[in-house]
Amino acid sequence: MLLRMYDRPLGFGALSELERMRNEFNRLFEGFERRTPAGYPAMNLWASTDDAVLTAEIPGVDPKTISISVTGETLTLKGDRKTDVDEGKFSWHRRERPTGEFTRTISLPFRADAGKVEAKCSNGVLHIRLPRAEEEKPRKIEIHS
Amino acid sequence: MATRNDELQKKEATAPEGVERTRRRNVFLPNTDIYEDTENIYLVADMPGVDANHVDITLEKNVLTITGTVEEASPVGHELVYREYPVGDYQRAFTISNEVDRNGIKAKVKDGVLELTLPKAETVKPRQITVQAG
Repeated sequence: MLLRMYDRPLGFGALSELERMRNEFNRLFEGFERRTPAGYPAMNLWASTDDAVLTAEIPGVDPKTISISVTGETLTLKGDRKTDVDEGKFSWHRRERPTGEFTRTISLPFRADAGKVEAKCSNGVLHIRLPRAEEEKPRKIEIHS
Repeated sequence: MATRNDELQKKEATAPEGVERTRRRNVFLPNTDIYEDTENIYLVADMPGVDANHVDITLEKNVLTITGTVEEASPVGHELVYREYPVGDYQRAFTISNEVDRNGIKAKVKDGVLELTLPKAETVKPRQITVQAG
C-alpha cells in the first residue's frame, strides 16, 4: 500500500526542540535551487466502504496542467509547478517553494472504477474521489437459520 | 532519504514563549520566496487550503505577520486511512526595514498561494548617477 513510499511514517504533533533546531540548521545550508522533491506532493487517503478520497496539497499549480490516470489499483498524478517569475530580473533573498514537474504513482487499497473518478482542485488542494469497483465492494452475507 | 522526508514535512511554527494560541490547531510555517527588484519587494507564500477571506496580514512596527486559517474539510463518512501531511493553519512573521512604503502594500491569493507586493519607499529607490567627464 501507500506505506511503502516511505522508510518511516511521518510524524504528527509537536516537533521536539531538537528537531526544530535541526530544521533551523538545515535551512541555513539549504541550496539556492529548490526542485520538487521525490514523493511530491504529500497525500492523505480517506476511505469508506464505497469509495476513497485522496487529497494532496499543490499550491500554485494550475489545475489545467494536472493529469490524473487510474488503472486498476494504481493512480498516477502528474503536474507542473511553474514559476512565471523571470529569475534573472530579481535579487533573491529566500527561496523555499519547490518548482518543476512532478510525477507520483501510488497504489490504492482497492481497484477503482476508473470511469467514475472525479477530481477537483480548490485553493491549492486537490481532491480525487475514487469509487470502488463494483465487484470489489464488500457484500453483506445473510446467515440462514 | 531522510532529508527528502524533511523537505516534504510541514514545519511547525513556534509561538513566542508564554503565549498560547486561542485555536487548538497545528500551525505551520508556509514555504516562502522573497525577492526584489528596483521597485518592489515580493513575498510569495504557499498556503494550501487558504482562500482570500481567510488571510490576515498585519504590519506592526517593523514586523509583518501573515496568517492563514484553513477550514478542515474531512470528507463526510470517510475515515483517514493514511496520512502524509497534517492539516493546520499557517503563520509566519518577517521583519521588514523602513524602506517599504507601508500604504502601498498589495496582496492577492490564488490557488492557495499568497502574493504580497511591498513597494519600496521613494527615498530608497536606486538613482542613476551619471559621471561627467572632465
